[in-house]
Amino acid sequence: MDWIYEAWPWYVAGPVIALVMILLLVFGKSFGFSSNLRTVCSIMGAGKVSEFFRFDWKKQVWNLVFLLGAIIGGYVVNQYMTIEGAVNLNPKTVEKLSSFGFENIGESYLPDAIFGVEALSAWQTWVFLIVGGIFVGFGARYAGGCTSGHAISGLSNLQLPSLIAVIGFFIGGLAMTHVFLPLFFN
Amino acid sequence: MKFIKFLLLGIIFGIIMAKAEIISWYRIFEMFRFESFHMYGVIGSAVTIGTLAVAIIKKYNIQTIYGDQISLNPKEKSVSRYIFGGIIFGLGWAMTGACPGPLFVLLGYGVYPILIVIVGALLGTTLYGIIKHKLPH
Repeated sequence: MDWIYEAWPWYVAGPVIALVMILLLVFGKSFGFSSNLRTVCSIMGAGKVSEFFRFDWKKQVWNLVFLLGAIIGGYVVNQYMTIEGAVNLNPKTVEKLSSFGFENIGESYLPDAIFGVEALSAWQTWVFLIVGGIFVGFGARYAGGCTSGHAISGLSNLQLPSLIAVIGFFIGGLAMTHVFLPLFFN
Repeated sequence: MKFIKFLLLGIIFGIIMAKAEIISWYRIFEMFRFESFHMYGVIGSAVTIGTLAVAIIKKYNIQTIYGDQISLNPKEKSVSRYIFGGIIFGLGWAMTGACPGPLFVLLGYGVYPILIVIVGALLGTTLYGIIKHKLPH
């Protein structure tokens, strides 16, 4: 039963994600996680500032239930399916992060330098995380979808707009990883 | 009870995102440095199977369990919104190491600082709603 505690390979994850997408289609829905952000904004009253949030969000309740399931899934893995939670990284990646001043690289899912208690005592980290979140939320809505809606659902449906969006994801991600992060963690 | 299947699918999704380390900031960093096949394998195999499934759904006109047409709506035609929106999203993805799904899986995993990113994502979504009409689409 060791497999429960070990990291699962891509050839398990990819097919299961595809299965989730297919089942959602068969259940009459479509796989798109970031729509939930719009729904939550609507529930919290964002309709007062923009008509974009005045829509019948009750039709999206199923997606919020899916989101709740995702939270539970994360909890289950942390509580019952994880021993160490270390990530086995390419030595080149580790070397690069060392040059950023990161420590304990790969010993848990997230780097202490961004999510650790000590890092969070600096206001810069808060700005970094808030701005990163704003980019994720703003970009997903502007592009009309995120990794699930475009990279998985859209590409599977051979949608050119989704391919353009995924190319955009990579332009932004490459620029951040190779240009801006090295400046930030200098 | 009609929602229970979505709860179960969400749980499966959350477990797979956590167990395959897709929620790890390091895996996203590694992906954008092309130093691991892992994330490309995940997305590539999902899209390969997804493409086959969608083709089969279209060919045999497979219906939903309720007997309705399966919704495979084409995305509206544009370049600017997808490329600009995509780039902004990608910047955030590489900073936080999380796209919208993993944000919530990480919350369940017990990484509470991710709440800061979730608040940011909600602010970003709201901001989009406010300035939407001024942006090229």
